[in-house]
Amino acid sequence: MIPAAFEYHRPGDLPSALALLQQHGDEARVIAGGHSLIPMMKLRMAEVPHLIDLQAIDALRGIRIDGTRITLGAMVTQHELIAHEGLARVAPILREAALQIADPQVRYMGTIGGNVANGDPGNDMPGLMQCLDATFHVTGPGGERAIPARSFYESAYMTAREEDEILTAVSFDAPTGGQAYEKQKRKIGDYATAAAAVILTRSGATCTHASIAMTNLSDVPVWSEAAGAALTGTPCDEAAMLNAIAAMLADIDPAGDNRGPVEFKRHTAGIILARAIARAWSRA
Amino acid sequence: MNDLTPDRDDRTAKLKGIGCARKRVEDARFTQGKGNYVDDIKLPGMLFGDFVRSPYAHARVKSIDTSAALALDGVVAVLTARDLEPLGLHWMPTLAGDKQMVLADGKVLFQGQEVAFVVARDRYVAADAVELVAVEYEELPVLTNPFEAMQSDIVLREDLTPGTDGAHGPRRHHNHIFLWEEGDRTATEQVIASADVVAEEMVYYHRTHPCPLETCGCVASMDKVNGKLTVYGTFQAPHVVRTVASLLSGIEERNIRIVSPDIGGGFGNKVGVYPGYVCSIVASIVTGVPVKWVEDRMDNLMATAFARDYWMKGRIAATKEGRITGLWCHVTADHGAFDACADPTRFPAGFFHICTGSYDIPVAYVGVDGVYTNKAPGGVAYRCSFRVTEAAYFIERMIEVLAIELNMDAAELRRINFIRADQFPYHSALGWEYDSGDYHTAWDKALKAVDYAGLRREQAERLAAFKRGETRKLIGIGLTHFTEIVGAGPVKNCDILGMGMFDSCEIRIHPTGSAIARLGTISQGQGHATTFAQILASEIGIPADSITIEEGDTDTAPYGLGTYGSRSTPVAGAATAMAGRKIRAKAQMIAAYLLEVHDDDVEFDIDRFTVKGAPERFKTMAEIAYAAYNQAIPGIEPGLEAVSYYDPPNMTYPFGAYICVMEIDVDTGETQIRQFYALDDCGTRINPMVIEGQVHGGLTEALAIAMGQEIAYDEMGNMKTATLMDFFMPTAWETPHYTTDHTETPSPHHPIGAKGVGESPNVGGVPAFSNAVHDALRPFGLRHTHMPHDHWRIWKAAHDLGLHG
Repeated sequence: MIPAAFEYHRPGDLPSALALLQQHGDEARVIAGGHSLIPMMKLRMAEVPHLIDLQAIDALRGIRIDGTRITLGAMVTQHELIAHEGLARVAPILREAALQIADPQVRYMGTIGGNVANGDPGNDMPGLMQCLDATFHVTGPGGERAIPARSFYESAYMTAREEDEILTAVSFDAPTGGQAYEKQKRKIGDYATAAAAVILTRSGATCTHASIAMTNLSDVPVWSEAAGAALTGTPCDEAAMLNAIAAMLADIDPAGDNRGPVEFKRHTAGIILARAIARAWSRA
Repeated sequence: MNDLTPDRDDRTAKLKGIGCARKRVEDARFTQGKGNYVDDIKLPGMLFGDFVRSPYAHARVKSIDTSAALALDGVVAVLTARDLEPLGLHWMPTLAGDKQMVLADGKVLFQGQEVAFVVARDRYVAADAVELVAVEYEELPVLTNPFEAMQSDIVLREDLTPGTDGAHGPRRHHNHIFLWEEGDRTATEQVIASADVVAEEMVYYHRTHPCPLETCGCVASMDKVNGKLTVYGTFQAPHVVRTVASLLSGIEERNIRIVSPDIGGGFGNKVGVYPGYVCSIVASIVTGVPVKWVEDRMDNLMATAFARDYWMKGRIAATKEGRITGLWCHVTADHGAFDACADPTRFPAGFFHICTGSYDIPVAYVGVDGVYTNKAPGGVAYRCSFRVTEAAYFIERMIEVLAIELNMDAAELRRINFIRADQFPYHSALGWEYDSGDYHTAWDKALKAVDYAGLRREQAERLAAFKRGETRKLIGIGLTHFTEIVGAGPVKNCDILGMGMFDSCEIRIHPTGSAIARLGTISQGQGHATTFAQILASEIGIPADSITIEEGDTDTAPYGLGTYGSRSTPVAGAATAMAGRKIRAKAQMIAAYLLEVHDDDVEFDIDRFTVKGAPERFKTMAEIAYAAYNQAIPGIEPGLEAVSYYDPPNMTYPFGAYICVMEIDVDTGETQIRQFYALDDCGTRINPMVIEGQVHGGLTEALAIAMGQEIAYDEMGNMKTATLMDFFMPTAWETPHYTTDHTETPSPHHPIGAKGVGESPNVGGVPAFSNAVHDALRPFGLRHTHMPHDHWRIWKAAHDLGLHG
């Protein structure tokens, strides 16, 4: 549980951080809250000769709500997400999801940027960000880029971010309609056995739009366009829900692990999604 | 006496003796971060050791190249089996009469096994050097299943000559360790063959781990000038460690000092002797400077002392009215690569033959086969007295299965089979003498407290609603009535490595009336400094607040066998009371002299001796203590000290009635504990608050074990649960509310009637949680499903019963 030796860098601004990343290339990684990277280093599954700590960069902090557009600095912690009353009003699903991440001590340190950038399929925020159709903002030697969350994840720990880029912020439009984040886990601090993010809009008795994303049921988060489509235009009745679940099950590809075998995960994925849809619909 | 003389109640209260919910004196330092644990010990020039561990479960070690590690700046030495061999320390004896590799000698037998020991300037260099030791392995076929191991041609222990006996008799296969039997097999099988009803089940108590908050570690310091070896370590039995270290090293026992400082939880994990201790001592002897070794969490979970792993095949026979007529059990015990179980020498399966439980069963048989596999060694008593948890789980599951077979309520089935209060002392069919108990009273109190009939009605209503499709949650009511056997033990049949399992207490009363007492036990969180002072306060009339309790330093404490198996109160607690009585006897003579009356004319009264019939004439214990040192008393030598070595005449038999009410979600396998009622009878209650704390802690461990905690391996022998991500340790969030209650049936042979309680909640809790899961699914035909009852296993049980459509 002792990492290999490393140099610790603490740049005060983004250009300095980018310069360090350029200078050390493959030998460098940026660190935000550290709750994924530090355990990997301690297990010696990741060797990082140059660790670039982003916490002194003020430009990466802060929650901004401009009209309906919400921007979260990469270094915003899960605790800050939970505590922000304005955010809870315009996008309550963020608080609901963040409260399902680990425990308060972890949430004081863990950041939105680290959570989405690491590409860990167990993390909760990537699926939620896909559900919200969020945009990830990265900055590299070539300048800034905006990458849709729905096309960011390639495989476990592999993302569209280049090695010399830093994820600086996440932005998305305030969701409308009913929202729910449902997660089954074995215990506090665990990754999801299955989790679902659902946002539904409603006109009268009809669902007019649905966005559904699943967590830890594939090597990447799964935004199931087909599951959303199965609800759109329906009264979100049992038949529609079963169609949405069937569509979602066609999109996920869970692996067996200590949480259980594939058949169990597929079954609970359906149950969790049904619960999330029901709750979101009740709020729509 | 005048108005200013405190009355008897006030004087009693001031003592804070037996029965007082006195706050724990240890907590001031623990809650302020002022504890002193092994890893807090820093000695000048101290080096650090770390292990190269095997990535394979079974492999031949072809070569070990230490040159790159030795070339690293700050590395002092790299020890392998070849370095230990000249000292005869490349193998070491285990507590179970087997031997164990200290460092891999030619092959490795489990993943995480110690292969080489790196000694370096600091723990960071040591960790880097571990990476640089190049070990060439040749993989061998792996056996992780004890039933397969007993059939396989693969020889795990090549060091043992086939066909030779082990420490516990004949071995019938090269992977067999022992067969241990108790009871009357023929008579039991005859009863079963002719019984009205027989229930049969295979009950697996899975492999788990004590996982104390503080892992194991030590600091060994050899002083080459005076020839004295001091070892600070996480030892639950420091005196035994001293004796073993002396026998192994040839260093005289007077020149070995073992110190157990504050210990952050033991639960059986810190009873044994581990390769880390041996290597640290050798490294300190070789280098002449102190060497520290402390496990990380993965080291601890992978290599150090698992618990359970018992496959218990049972048959229980009864009349059609439900009177149990016989119990038969055969256990296949997976001991891993070496037999390193921590049991009294004559009991290779511990006290598993307490498995007739709380029931009057006329005839019984138990056979236990110990088997080698490619898994870590251990088999320690995880918060229990030597396989008592396994026994309690077995009988409490068999009772439930029998209730199904008889179509009877399981509470009633228990009631009609309990040993009656008038049957104590009760001789069980498997050879134990139960000291005391009143099971019917406890059971009735428990059922009434939870409104058992009301719970059954609610459960039936929920079941009906479930069948109507109105809910997907079922209610389970988990019942347990357990009987423990603790307080090992009488020297006539209990020893560890030949050392009798007595315990001890030595008391010094200081001239001004405060005192220090030292014991052969060692607290790991049990609160000995609080409770032993209370025993003494009641015995000698000095306030508990004025009594220091010290344990764990073999240079100062009297010899004792340590703390595990709930033995501290039954054995050392008894020694404390007996030593206190010796103090009191001398104090009586001194008081009589001071009061100018005959010895028989004074009597002890709370905190003083008074003249019989004239209570206004008295000497307080403080006055007596002062006189003991400072007044010439004819015929009495100065001072006020006593020592007692207590060899208990019998074990003690705590018992309890636990009821768990659980909701289970058949769709996800999630569970919620709605209510948990725990009635404990531990005899005389020394400190109700400490008891309640013990019960809460043990129940939470039981929750963990029953509902998710396991040490699991894949087919290659890779350990799948080596971190706390996968090894379930409940937090406050997962922990339910507990309601505690008690009855009080004193032990007739213990000086103050106390029985021990630390382990009861683990022993009784596991079957209560497990039975609740089973009870919820009983209406759908579930007889038995193995623990741990994590989400997917409960889901699987429900799925197999057709509950998912």
